[in-house]
Amino acid sequence: MARKLPSIDVALVGFGWTAAMLAQEFTDAGLNVLALERGVWRDTPTDFAPTFIQDELRYYFRHELFQEASRETLTFRNNGGETALPMRHLGSFLPATGVGGAGIHWNGQTWRFLPTDFVAKSHNEQRYGKLAEGMTVQDWGVTYDELEPYYDRFEYLCGISGKAGNLNGTKQPGGNPFEGPRKRDFPNPPMDMTYAPMLFAKAAQETGHAPFPCPSANMSRAYTNPLGVQLGPCTYCGFCEKYACGNYSKASPQTTILPVLMRKPNFELRTQCEVLKVNLDNTGKKATGITYVDAQGEEWEQPADLVILCAFALHNVRLMLLSGLGQPYDPETNTGVVGRNYAYQITSAVDVFFDDKLTNTFIGAGSLGMGIDEYNGDNFDHTGLGFIGGGYIALWTTNGRPIETHPVPEGTPKWGSKWKKAVVDNYLKQCSISTHGAVMSHRGNYLDLDPFYRDVHGRPLVRMTFDFTDNEHRMSDYLTDRAAEIARAMQPREIKVSRRKGSYSIVPYQTTHNTGGAIMGDDPKTSAVNRYLQSWQAHNVFVMGACAFPQNPGYNPTGTVGALTYWAADAIRNQYLKSPGPLVQA
Amino acid sequence: MRSATPFLIAGLLVATSAGLVFADGDHAQIERGRYLVSAGDCYACHTADPSKPFAGGRPLQTPFGAIYSANITPDRQTGIGAWSDDDFYRAMHEGVSANGERLYPAFPYPYYTHVTRGDVLAIRAYLQTLEPIANAPPRNKLPFPLSERAVMRPWNWMFFDDGAFHPDPSKSASWNRGAYLVEGLGHCGACHTPKNVLGADMDDKALAGGTIENWFAPNLGADLRTGLGGWSEADVIDYLKTGRNSHDSATGPMSEVIQYSTSQLNDEDLHAVAAYLKDLPGEAGRVPSSASGQQTSSSGLSGSGEAIFLDQCSTCHRSNGEGTPTVFPPLKGNANVQQADATTVIRVILQGARTTPTDARPTPFSMPAFDWKLSDAQIAAVATYVRTAWGNVAESVSADDVGKLRRTLHAKAE
Repeated sequence: MARKLPSIDVALVGFGWTAAMLAQEFTDAGLNVLALERGVWRDTPTDFAPTFIQDELRYYFRHELFQEASRETLTFRNNGGETALPMRHLGSFLPATGVGGAGIHWNGQTWRFLPTDFVAKSHNEQRYGKLAEGMTVQDWGVTYDELEPYYDRFEYLCGISGKAGNLNGTKQPGGNPFEGPRKRDFPNPPMDMTYAPMLFAKAAQETGHAPFPCPSANMSRAYTNPLGVQLGPCTYCGFCEKYACGNYSKASPQTTILPVLMRKPNFELRTQCEVLKVNLDNTGKKATGITYVDAQGEEWEQPADLVILCAFALHNVRLMLLSGLGQPYDPETNTGVVGRNYAYQITSAVDVFFDDKLTNTFIGAGSLGMGIDEYNGDNFDHTGLGFIGGGYIALWTTNGRPIETHPVPEGTPKWGSKWKKAVVDNYLKQCSISTHGAVMSHRGNYLDLDPFYRDVHGRPLVRMTFDFTDNEHRMSDYLTDRAAEIARAMQPREIKVSRRKGSYSIVPYQTTHNTGGAIMGDDPKTSAVNRYLQSWQAHNVFVMGACAFPQNPGYNPTGTVGALTYWAADAIRNQYLKSPGPLVQA
Repeated sequence: MRSATPFLIAGLLVATSAGLVFADGDHAQIERGRYLVSAGDCYACHTADPSKPFAGGRPLQTPFGAIYSANITPDRQTGIGAWSDDDFYRAMHEGVSANGERLYPAFPYPYYTHVTRGDVLAIRAYLQTLEPIANAPPRNKLPFPLSERAVMRPWNWMFFDDGAFHPDPSKSASWNRGAYLVEGLGHCGACHTPKNVLGADMDDKALAGGTIENWFAPNLGADLRTGLGGWSEADVIDYLKTGRNSHDSATGPMSEVIQYSTSQLNDEDLHAVAAYLKDLPGEAGRVPSSASGQQTSSSGLSGSGEAIFLDQCSTCHRSNGEGTPTVFPPLKGNANVQQADATTVIRVILQGARTTPTDARPTPFSMPAFDWKLSDAQIAAVATYVRTAWGNVAESVSADDVGKLRRTLHAKAE
């Protein structure tokens, strides 16, 4: 039986990016804020110090910073006809456990979505007619113009390095000409480009594209953000994704918010406290708080006026299902909202090998690269192509980590002396172009509770049912062909084209860009939260994160997650607190 | 995080609930007292447990043994609630407790003696508003005969001159205010002035740098390399207010001085302190010396020192030693790095360091410890390298120096 604690103004579930941002906002507003994090406290000098952080075995291969599958995992199947099985070792995506969440082990690729991405359904239908059968793409209920100030705030919080391509409607040479208008330039200049991205940019230009430096949360110079928190310049060590930064040079909750937040008397963090469910009153229309279990296995009931789910997308959805927050989605009838429109990302790569060029890609950073955006969203005419959506194409030099990264040409054996020789011959003379493709939502792709498998606390695991559809494969092939054309224009010795073929496999790492399941929208029948990320069912519950994306555009999600969080925070501070209740009438 | 706000509120509540009503004059005096308590950094030594502010019991490690700070809350039995104003003034002015016992100069009365009676009584008035906490500090761990407080009589006769601060009419009002703060409540010399064998300040080397609790508090004189000679007044103010400036970031015992004291000073007083410090003489103005500061590279370790530096240190401090000011302190030209006594350099490499966070600069940039990673010889080599590279000049460091400090710190930690 859970023991009851004194009530608090705001309870935040999870303590990564969104929770840290909200805690800073709400404590500024004078509220008493409590964050509950299932993992441990983590900070730069104690947990990520440069004396030991570059340890591939410990951090990547042994998952030091990731969710422990032995405590909680998910089950997976490609379609409803299969039996889902539990993931005992995470693969395709890597959610985190611990303070800072996955915000400590991301690459730092920080994009804005296109204006048309937010109206994907109406825009595509208007231009190309009815959507394909089974496609459940929706408009977001919020527009790019509404989010612009909040993108800006997040970029300045993080100190994003980049080059504007569109300032107040005027195109800026050297930036991304397709981006939505921004009010001001990035807070920091682009990172210093290494050789390989420059070769890509030259080839892209020669083939008629407009390459630009990709926006980066790795600091191009020392930066002090609006909270007074400081970051150091990036050293291009090439240990970003899957690692935390030891040099204070990658934006994370620890490097942008926590130094200020942790000093506040009206903020409290409880670590190793896992929230079991959101408690609802007898009408089901209002949350009374949450129940959590601490490290000793003791259960506590924490009453709260406002409950905000800030965990990873999959966990937020699962917690809603476990708490009866919103009607579970049923793919048979295409009704219900929680679990609906789960989506992912479709990626492919073209490796480029030179004889005469030293690329030295071990000099890298998570978001060091040049990209093109001609084939993203609806930046190009899709007539007759058989798909909607797109993605960016970029040459990143994220790393040359020796255990993980040693591309070899087509036809190289997988082991043995020939493989070793190929690694030695190519390690310093290669680079890779990647495509980062959208995944449209589809009726058969969803999340629900697994009927068999349970976590360490005896609660059902979340079950993922997902596969790529024809739309994704056609789109990804199209992007991959364009990438290969640019690769050839780089005049290499040879290239290796790695398409994403067949059914989605959850085993090889792809991206941790899981979206949907608690999507935002205008209609409570087809969305779990309204345009302010407020639960349609219980007005004092808000749900942050990429689970709100109705479908997954062709960019990394964090920039939009940050913008949506500030957007919701403003609505809560300026509207909800004054008059608690639904911010949108159903 | 120690925070001043909660206990201040608690103190005021207690005072109010006891039926005390402050007249405006009282309020002004109490507020002045609060400010002066910050200027004196009383909290740092008189607080062992943040939940019991000013209740004393913090051990101050002296070369002679541990001395525990007193409870200065208004508790009548264990604190100073039963003291009269005169008792309090005598303690501050003469180093004599209310019961007539001699205090040890770990309580820096040789500095506080310069504080005016008006300021002392303001401090007293503020301390009276604190929540009384019953807490009797442990007995001091001093060997006989030092354990007998009577030994302080001859010590005082030899080393202590009581007396109010006398302004220097040839200097500006600001300079004099700075002198009053530095030589009085600020008690900067308690750490920064070298001590003789009996623990008294060597007056001819005032603020020339001193050893305390296995740190070396650097020279504050005008010397270009080892003192404040290369710092502007604005640099001094930045450092005291924010914990960092373009030359260095504060760590070690200076952290709490900045956190509880200097970051709380108003701009006028910071300016005054800076004006006074910047007017201190350098070594040449004190004692002529030709021997110190000679670069020695006889150890033959400088080659490996550079290699270790590039591998382990250059990600933050940069291969040219210039660091990223206010983020990762520059080592090139850094005074702390070039002190005659290398204790601080060795200690920071062994244990790491944490820049003190302040409201103005909240990020506690930290350097990791290298004690588990580098041997005595390797640390000696890299310490020697940073003390002699990029134009830095200082004596080399030996593996023995490192080993000795490593063992001392290790023993302390156990």
